[in-house]
Amino acid sequence: MALDLDTDYWDKDVVKSEEPKEYNTLNVGPTHPATHGVFQNVMLMDGEFIVSTEQTIGYIHRAFEKIAERRPFYQITPLTDRLNYCSSPINNMGWHMTVEKLLGIETPKRVDYLRIVIMELARIADHIICNSVIGVDSGALTGFTYIFQDREFIYEIYEEICGARLTTNMGRIGGFERNFSTKAWEKIRYFLKTFPRHLQEFENLLARNRIFMDRTINVGPFPADRALAYGFTGPNLRACGVDYDVRVMNPYCSYDEFEFIVPIGQNGDTYDRFIVRQEEMKQSMHIIEQAIAKLDKMEDKDTYYASDPRFVLPPKEKVYNNMEALIWHFKIVMGETDIPVGEVYHCVEAANGELGFYLVSDGGRTPSRLHFRRPCFIYYQAYPEMVMGNMLSDAILTMSSMNVIAGELDA
Amino acid sequence: MSENQKQIVKPTVAEAPEGVSGQGFFATSFEKAVGLARKNSLWPLPFATSCCGIEFMATMGAHYDLARFGSERLSFSPRQSDLLMVMGTVAKKMGPVLREVYIQMAEPKWVIAVGACASSGGIFDTYSVLQGIDRVIPVDVYVPGCPPRPEQIIDGLMKIQELAGNESLRRRHSKEYEDLMKKYNME
Amino acid sequence: MFQIIPDRNQLVVAKLTDHFGEAIERHEVITDMLCITVNKEVINEALLFLRDDKEMQFNFLTTLCGMHYPEKEQLGLVFHLHSFVNNQRIRIKTSTDMSNPVFPTSTTIWPSANWMERETYDFYGILFEGHPNLVRILNVDDMTDFPLRKDFPLEDQTREDKDDSMFGR
Repeated sequence: MALDLDTDYWDKDVVKSEEPKEYNTLNVGPTHPATHGVFQNVMLMDGEFIVSTEQTIGYIHRAFEKIAERRPFYQITPLTDRLNYCSSPINNMGWHMTVEKLLGIETPKRVDYLRIVIMELARIADHIICNSVIGVDSGALTGFTYIFQDREFIYEIYEEICGARLTTNMGRIGGFERNFSTKAWEKIRYFLKTFPRHLQEFENLLARNRIFMDRTINVGPFPADRALAYGFTGPNLRACGVDYDVRVMNPYCSYDEFEFIVPIGQNGDTYDRFIVRQEEMKQSMHIIEQAIAKLDKMEDKDTYYASDPRFVLPPKEKVYNNMEALIWHFKIVMGETDIPVGEVYHCVEAANGELGFYLVSDGGRTPSRLHFRRPCFIYYQAYPEMVMGNMLSDAILTMSSMNVIAGELDA
Repeated sequence: MSENQKQIVKPTVAEAPEGVSGQGFFATSFEKAVGLARKNSLWPLPFATSCCGIEFMATMGAHYDLARFGSERLSFSPRQSDLLMVMGTVAKKMGPVLREVYIQMAEPKWVIAVGACASSGGIFDTYSVLQGIDRVIPVDVYVPGCPPRPEQIIDGLMKIQELAGNESLRRRHSKEYEDLMKKYNME
Repeated sequence: MFQIIPDRNQLVVAKLTDHFGEAIERHEVITDMLCITVNKEVINEALLFLRDDKEMQFNFLTTLCGMHYPEKEQLGLVFHLHSFVNNQRIRIKTSTDMSNPVFPTSTTIWPSANWMERETYDFYGILFEGHPNLVRILNVDDMTDFPLRKDFPLEDQTREDKDDSMFGR
C-alpha cells in the first residue's frame, strides 16, 4: 500500500540527485530460519524493497533419478519417501500405482479405500506443517505448538500401520504389507472425532486475526494465467482460482466414487493459500469419513493386496509355510519375473500439487529411466516474479506459504 | 489432603556436583561449576537440511519438548549458539557452507550429527552426497536413525550434556584439540 | 486412469501429420498415452502448434526430461503435455546425435521449461539454444561430467574408505 503523495508539490524545492540508485545485496542463505529447507536467494534490495532475486538450489541434491536406475522397483519406495518428506505416504502410494500401471495389476476396491484413507491423512499432516509454519514466520508461534500435537497423533497412526513415523515406506506394489489392525482403526476414528475441534481452534487463532490478515492479504499475489504458464499445480494454483485437481480430472484409486469440494481462492495471495489449505484439510476429513463408511459396508475385511502372484510379494506367513509362495517370493526378490517393456506416466495429487512419475522399463529388474515430476521444483521458479517490488518480510511469508520442501526441490 | 500433597511433584533443580558445603557457602572445583552451567544451557543451532529436520520440529514441539534440557532458545546465528545440530543430508555443494557456519561459532562448541545421512551419508551412496559430515567438521556425538525418533535425538543431546559437563577447562587449548583442528584445516 | 479417447488422439495425430508431414516420425499409444516422436528440426514449431491450435489447446507443460539411448548413441527429450480444456495428455519425444546435442529452447512457449531445461542440461549435457541462463542447477557448479548418462557411475569413485572384503562387492 503506497502512500499517495503529491510529489510535484512536495518535491518542487528538492534538488534531485544525479547519481544512480545504489542497491545492496542480501543473501537469504541456505541456512536461514525462514527458508524451511536449504535453498538460497541472493536478493538485490532497494532499502526494504526487493528489486530482483537470484535463486540457487541443489544444496541437498541426492541424485534420486540416478539411484533409481540401480534399484529394483520395490527398493525405490524408500527413495520416494524422501521426496516430500512431510507427507511420505502419498509419494509411496503414487509410486506403487505407477508400477501397478506398468505391470497391469488391478488392485481390489478395499486396497483402494485403504490407500485413500492413508493419502488423505498424509495430506492433512502436510498442510498442518505448512499452515502452522506460515504462522511461525509471521510471529505467531502458538498455533504451531497447538496443532503439532495432531501431527504426532497422525505419526502414531502411521506407526500402527507400517512401523515408522516420518519416512514411512508404506505399502507394497499391489497393496499393503499387513491389514490395518483394530488399534489403527481405533486411532483413526479417534482422530476423526477430535481433529475438527483442534483445527477450528487453530483457525480461530489465525484466520480472522487482524494482524495475520494484514500481513497476508495481497502479499505475493499471482494471476492465474501466469501461474499456469509457470506450471503451478496443487493448492498454489487453486488459490489463484484455477480448479485443477488431479483427483477430479484424472481420477485414480477409485477417487471418482467420493464426493468432495475442491476449494479455490481468488487472487492467489498468501491468505488465499492459507485458507485453501485449511479447507482442503476439512475436505480430507470428509473423504476419510466416506472411505471408512464404504469399508464398513464391505463384507470382505481381509483383502489387503492384489492377487497377482507374479509381481505382488506374498505375506510372510505364506512364504514360510507354502511352497508356491516361497518360489514367487524368491523370483520377485531376485528379479526373475518378466517385467514388461514399456513406459508409463502416472500422477497423483500430492500435498503440493501434481506429483508425477515417468517410468521407462526395458524389461530389466531396475527401471531404465525414472523421472519425478516434482511440483516444488516447477513452481519455485516463479518466486522471483512473485516477490519483485515487495518488501522483504512479505517475501519471507510468500516463500513459506508456497510450501517449498527442499527434498522435493532437489531430489 | 495429605495423599494429594504426597503426589505433588516438586520441580527439581540440577544435581549439585561434589563439593564442600557449609553455612551459606558451597565450594567445588571451578571446572565442575562451569560444566554444570554449560550443560544445562546449551543453545542449539538447528542446521536442518532434510527429513531429520522434521523430526527435529517434532522434538521441539510440545510432545517431546527439547526446551526442558535448557535448549529453550534456538539460535540461527552461529555466533550466538553452542551446539551445532546437523540434521539431514549434506550434499557436496553444502559442505563449504557447513564449514563456514562451524568456523563462525565461538568456543566452546559441540557438534551432533543427527541421522544416518549426517553421520555417514546414509542410504545415499552417490556422487553428490557428502559421506558423513566428519569429512568437513569434527563431530562429538552421532545419532543414528533414518530418521531417528525424537527420543534418540534427546538421548544424543544428553550425551552432549555429559561431554559438556565433564569437559576439562583446558581442553580447547590442549595439543590434541589443536591437532584435531589442523586435521580439518581450521586454525 | 487417463481415458484413451480415440477420436481426440486421432485428431492430434491427423493435425500434426497434416501440418508437418514427414517430421512426425512415429506415433503409438503406449499403455494409456499417445506418444509421438517428432524430428528435432520441427520440435519447437510442433510444440507451439500444439499449444496454440484452437481444437487441441495443450496449454500446460507437465514435465520435460532428458533421456540417454546408449545403443543408438543418442540423447533425447521427452515432453509431457496436458490440455486442460480437453483433458488430454500426450507425450512428445525427440532425439539427436550425441556429438551435437542442441535443441531449441521451449521457454518462449512455457516459462516453466526454464528450470526443467537447466536440469536436463545438468544431467545429460543437452544444450538449449536461446535459453536465458543455461547453467547447472542441481550439481556443483564446477562439475565437468554429466551424471545421468549411463556411463557415469553412481557412487563417488574417489572414496578410499570402503572395505570391499566386508561387503562382497
